[in-house]
Amino acid sequence: MSTAGAIAETPAVATPLPKRRPVIALVLFVLLALIPVATALGLPSHWLSLVTRAMIFAIAALSLDLILGVGGLVSFGHAAFIGIGAYVTGIMITEGRPEALLALPLILVACAVFAAVTGAVSLRTRGVAFIMITLAFGQMGFFLAQALSAYGGDDGLTLAERSTVLGFDVFANRTRFFYIVLAALAGCYALVSIIVASRFGRVLRASRENATRVTVTGYDVGRVRLIAYVISGMIAGLSGFFLANQTEFVSPAFMSWQRSGELIFMVVLGGTGSLHGAVIGALAYLFTEEILSGLGEYWRGIFGTYLLFGFDLRIAAEHWKAIFGPLIVLFVLFTRGGIVGIISKLGRRHD
Amino acid sequence: MTEPVLVLDGVQKSFGALKVTDGVSLAVAPGELHALIGPNGAGKTTLVHQISGMLRPDTGTVRFRGHDITTLSPEKRARAGLARTFQITSTIASLSVLENVALSVQARAAHPLALFRNAARDERLNGPAWAAIEAVGLAERAHVPAGRLSHGEKRALEIAMALTLEPAAILLDEPLAGVGREEGERLISLLKSLKGRYAMLLVEHDMEAVFALADKVSVLVYGRVIASGDPAVVRADPAVREAYLGEEG
Repeated sequence: MSTAGAIAETPAVATPLPKRRPVIALVLFVLLALIPVATALGLPSHWLSLVTRAMIFAIAALSLDLILGVGGLVSFGHAAFIGIGAYVTGIMITEGRPEALLALPLILVACAVFAAVTGAVSLRTRGVAFIMITLAFGQMGFFLAQALSAYGGDDGLTLAERSTVLGFDVFANRTRFFYIVLAALAGCYALVSIIVASRFGRVLRASRENATRVTVTGYDVGRVRLIAYVISGMIAGLSGFFLANQTEFVSPAFMSWQRSGELIFMVVLGGTGSLHGAVIGALAYLFTEEILSGLGEYWRGIFGTYLLFGFDLRIAAEHWKAIFGPLIVLFVLFTRGGIVGIISKLGRRHD
Repeated sequence: MTEPVLVLDGVQKSFGALKVTDGVSLAVAPGELHALIGPNGAGKTTLVHQISGMLRPDTGTVRFRGHDITTLSPEKRARAGLARTFQITSTIASLSVLENVALSVQARAAHPLALFRNAARDERLNGPAWAAIEAVGLAERAHVPAGRLSHGEKRALEIAMALTLEPAAILLDEPLAGVGREEGERLISLLKSLKGRYAMLLVEHDMEAVFALADKVSVLVYGRVIASGDPAVVRADPAVREAYLGEEG
């Protein structure tokens, strides 16, 4: 009875936003850290590369969430930054300079410059125009990569080796590579979280909702957005560095507009603006892709047949994108706030 | 004679063939509450937009604290000490009252865009924000998201945000519009308590409030100031009575 009374007395004040976010993120990172253990205990070993790849995209999705979810800017050219990161890595390796401590600063500078220049132009616009201009800049990167005939052009560039750190081939071991990517993801997550909670982050969040109010309060909204855009681009460049090292191959497709669209999907799927949502979205996206495209094999592994009600699931697996597309549409239509929205709804029910 | 804080000189603005601001000149002295009244469509809000920088006049100048600010961006005007509220309240709906005001405090702080400095727990921001929230009577609502406030409370919040900018002048665009009687009276007493401390340009429809508050009244009709001066004199002006006050009965 006393609890009921306390609830009734609690005024509408003192209800700060739920502080569950770091907990969910922590659980998520711990679970991820256990994946190599699981593969050692019998989970198919290709899951190690799959999760590594998912975490690499999670870094990019996280960076996109900073401008899309927190800043309200739907960038449709974010894959360009992955591409820049991957190509700088690939070109340097091809030129016989695989040192990561050389490549990484170069990637960050290249992405920052590209973001500053393209952002200065595209951030003059809003809404659909912004989407279109970022798409155009993204495609510019795509065609530029295609034109790099010295580095594979249209066919892409196969890397002779991986990046090294102080001369050591640290990425050769798959488990070590997994943990390096996990650490990078956790680091980026912490960095973006701190930025979002900072003075700068508050202005960025407020600008998404009411730019006029923020302007008459004395802030240069355009400048705030540009800074966020540059930070976001630099983090996405880091994911390109890892992607090149995982696939040992770089191609123009890394920066195609479809890839940018996938990144947006990941963020929306997970739940925009929450940061850990982007990470969850990227993981969920790649897992679903993996499971759908291997549908027949998974089914056979469990039930010993490819058939479900007389239907050969290998056919469905072949056309998995036709299933995946509608799934995403239904998911976005029927959930608010993506996967993270569902989690917090369940959490509230338990309280 | 003290130098006026805000001086408009021959400000003109047209939208196509329509002259919405037709050579407006007026001055607001330090600590003066200058009311701007006029019928609907007289161009009051358009004029406020030109003073706050959201619109640029075609000709004429806006001077603030002795500087020509006619071409200055809105954010620079805000930083120079020119605050405003909106006819349609403008706050950050998802942020709490405290965060809204702290956002305003932050704009005047030493590092307004610090990347790694936590904002929510920053006492240098929250301290002054609390003071302003208490001054406008919103202390009990400090943790409520601004979007859930009543209309009158949003007005009070806007005023708190304006105050924390440490302004030299405040533009108030119809702060009483759409506010109930009780909340309206609270807002009027709030504005009264601010009188003398800030130069204020008050755009308002509520005549009772205007004549209770204003030191000076200007009447805007079809983008033109047809009368300006002491409230009692303006009220008696036959042209004003015909153009405006007559309508009110």
